[in-house]
Amino acid sequence: MRSDDSNALSQFRQGSPEAAEAAFESLFRLHQRAVYGWILRIVRNPSTAEELTVETFWRIHRARERFDPARGFEGWARQIATRAAFDWMRAQPSESELSTEICAELSAPATGDPAITAEIRLKTALAFGRLAPKLRIAATLAVVEELPQKEVAAALGISVAAVKLRVFRALRLLRNDLKKQGITP
Amino acid sequence: MNPHDLDRMKNLLQRALPPLESGAEPRRDLWPALLKRLHAKPAAAARCGSASIDWVWSGWTWFDSAWFDGALAVALVALIALFPASIPVLLYYL
Repeated sequence: MRSDDSNALSQFRQGSPEAAEAAFESLFRLHQRAVYGWILRIVRNPSTAEELTVETFWRIHRARERFDPARGFEGWARQIATRAAFDWMRAQPSESELSTEICAELSAPATGDPAITAEIRLKTALAFGRLAPKLRIAATLAVVEELPQKEVAAALGISVAAVKLRVFRALRLLRNDLKKQGITP
Repeated sequence: MNPHDLDRMKNLLQRALPPLESGAEPRRDLWPALLKRLHAKPAAAARCGSASIDWVWSGWTWFDSAWFDGALAVALVALIALFPASIPVLLYYL
């Protein structure tokens, strides 16, 4: 853990109300970019990611008594951010999460395999949006963002084996959904 | 699903949802919004007033539970009086 982190954390947890607020602001300034980036990877929508970053730091502030300095702030913040994103995804009707930016991106010509047309990509993205949030988060982080499974497991608070299982289930359900639509990947 | 299918699905998903560029930053300063949220919650809680909350939870809950407990006791006594054979069954579930 960085020294500015640990100073701010001890002030945040044990300082006077004014010192705690100042320390919390410095923690926020230090970590907001990382937290925002992490949430954006999950929800893939900048304005939602901004809202959820505020929600995450609000939860961090509320749960400050439970913070374990041995685990480090970044990992703890990431876990809370993942939970906030999960809660948000669960509250959304499926398929509503594809932002206009993503839809515009999907309708652009493919750069890789020419067999994967814009229509297939759009249908895949929509089918992916219909999966359960816990499967979607695991698959987004592990497959789309290609993050190490250990990192994904830590953020989700589950084992690496459980991450592998969720990814497998997500891909199998996605394949079945696409098959129903006449798309054989 | 065999490993080959798995790889094809991964490839398709990566084409459908390409990875985002790292180093993205919020488009606005989020601190004012967070500060507003932090200060809004205690104020909202204070507006409710602790006295009224106590009254709701201690007064009405006590009344509701007393009424429900009484009704349950009457029903139990009536059941035992009308159907004495149900006593072993009741004892078993208790």
